[in-house]
Amino acid sequence: MGDRQNRTVSAVEVQDLTVAYREQPALWDVDLSVPPGVLLAIVGPNGAGKTTLLKAILGLLRPVAGQVLIFGQPVEQQRRRISYVPQRGSVDWDFPTSVLDVVMMGTYGELGWIRRPGRRERERALAALDQVGMRELSDRQISQLSGGQQQRVFLARALVQDADIYLMDEPFQGVDALTERAIVTLLQELRAQGKTVIAVHHDLQTVPEYFDWVMLLNVRRIACGPVSEVFNEQNLRLTYGGRFAMAAFAREVEEAAPAIVTPDRSRSGGGNHGAGAA
Amino acid sequence: MALALPDLALDYTLRTVALGAMLLGLSSGVVGTYAVLRRESLLGDAMSHAALPGIALAFLLTRSKETAVLLAGAVAAGWLGSLLVNAITRTTRVKLDSALGLILSVFFGFGLVLLTFIQKQPDASQAGLDRFLFGQAASLLRRDVIVMGAGVVAVLLAVLLLWKEFKLLVFDPDFARVLGLRVRLLEVILTSMIVLAIVVGLQTVGVVLMSAMVVAPAAAARQWTDRLGLMVLLSALFGVVAGMTGALVSSLTPRLPTGPTIVLVVSGLVLVSLLFAPNRGLVWNWARERARRGQVRAEGMLRQLAALAEHHGSLEHGHPSAVLRASGWSADQVVQVLHDLESAGYVRQVSADRWAITATGMARVRPATEGDDLSDGAGHPAASRPEGTGEGQS
Repeated sequence: MGDRQNRTVSAVEVQDLTVAYREQPALWDVDLSVPPGVLLAIVGPNGAGKTTLLKAILGLLRPVAGQVLIFGQPVEQQRRRISYVPQRGSVDWDFPTSVLDVVMMGTYGELGWIRRPGRRERERALAALDQVGMRELSDRQISQLSGGQQQRVFLARALVQDADIYLMDEPFQGVDALTERAIVTLLQELRAQGKTVIAVHHDLQTVPEYFDWVMLLNVRRIACGPVSEVFNEQNLRLTYGGRFAMAAFAREVEEAAPAIVTPDRSRSGGGNHGAGAA
Repeated sequence: MALALPDLALDYTLRTVALGAMLLGLSSGVVGTYAVLRRESLLGDAMSHAALPGIALAFLLTRSKETAVLLAGAVAAGWLGSLLVNAITRTTRVKLDSALGLILSVFFGFGLVLLTFIQKQPDASQAGLDRFLFGQAASLLRRDVIVMGAGVVAVLLAVLLLWKEFKLLVFDPDFARVLGLRVRLLEVILTSMIVLAIVVGLQTVGVVLMSAMVVAPAAAARQWTDRLGLMVLLSALFGVVAGMTGALVSSLTPRLPTGPTIVLVVSGLVLVSLLFAPNRGLVWNWARERARRGQVRAEGMLRQLAALAEHHGSLEHGHPSAVLRASGWSADQVVQVLHDLESAGYVRQVSADRWAITATGMARVRPATEGDDLSDGAGHPAASRPEGTGEGQS
């Protein structure tokens, strides 16, 4: 209902997407149309297919049915324009390499076969590390990083790509309040440059403050559109089912985006808690 | 062992053996780095065992004892084995470890049957195939070494050219695909390299133990460095050292099989690395753990002294070390810790076996009363802990 036809071509267009693991559908007939220049949160309970959706958009999974278009073309032809911040836990951080080296990996796509990154790539990687406040740690072995630092390294690696679309899988997971603030600021800077950011997000409470669009997903698409239009009690109930105890939360949404985040807000570490209600 | 060194260097057989073993160690060390980091060490095991029926079939089909022909059979069978492992994990619910075990035993069993069959045949030309079981470096000929050299060059070239591609493939294959790298193709190349490295070593080490040469040098190298480039170099070095040592020892000792000898040498390298490597080694960890525990205990003792001083209302009053015996420490250990604290200026010896905390010591334990944190900051755990509240916490 929220995605009205834009005159410009969608940054990400997903049509009738169905993905299944074995016989179990992970995504069922999902449509999504994201205009350029928005910050979109994907929310939904565990097992709703949020990560699966990101991976399908990126072409990492073969869908049973449906198609994905990036600025009107298949993702294989748009690799330069799309970037990915995977979940921290998706790699082995004991890999023998340094922070700077990981960030430089963001340049491998444009370098092409065989060519090695040189001084220019190094400078760009250092600049990206600056953006996430990690320049002093550029020589550090990656196994010595904290969770928040790992997250920022992955962010920097994506920034180096200088893409138009950023897909992020739980960029705030396991991150302290200060780092979360820094990442949000960064996302808003990206939007100001006209980039599109799609992030899997867990903290319903911060959706109105951090994002301007939201997709509610539970295997099927429940709703998608500007936060002010679709982020309401009815849709949340449809997404999270009876587990969603609402009264307190609905009020908070109506009060909308408080300007200041209390610094001591406890992070639930990725659990699906309905905004501390329940 | 009474041989003079110049003789050794000139001996044709020994030179061939040493060269072959060096090549084997080089390629398996380099390739092993990637196999170990990808946690696919067992793939090497399955592929080397799977090579045996390939060798036997190559002989049965061609009646040739030419190493190149036999190794071509090994390559084909090794590849088929890894394809089957891949197919099994992709199309069934059988997990990777089970699939590897399955392919390993089926292929190896089939290979043994073929070997027995060949040995029962009347013509005498069957001789020598069993050298591929446990390896026989002494049987290496110069043209075998040339074949091995070609394999090693191919492996090294691939690593040099595709350095960044392989690094990303091992670290984060999903991201590699997002960047548009041809991940499937790179995986095929990497698997081919593992097959090549294994085949290079088959005649020297044998199918049964070849996987040790893929895993062990890399595992040892990982202990010493946190840089991929250095790890590859070290792993190659360990492989070369183990290969040459083992091959030479077994060539100079009658009826000592080469493979097991090489594997023993490389196991020694692994053992030393696991124990003594800085940062990752067990001994290192143990020492660090001990130092940390000592620090915590010293901290506890200082707090005790501070409490005693506050109780007496004086810094002048000395206390016997027996009062301070904490958490099962012997009297000697307590005195040792007290001396350490004394040299740090936190404690002074009032008289024989009577100890008191100094003003500096008090400042360290109770920084709140001094207004400022006077900790020396030299890595004492308590220095970074929020003071004043942590009394009862661990």
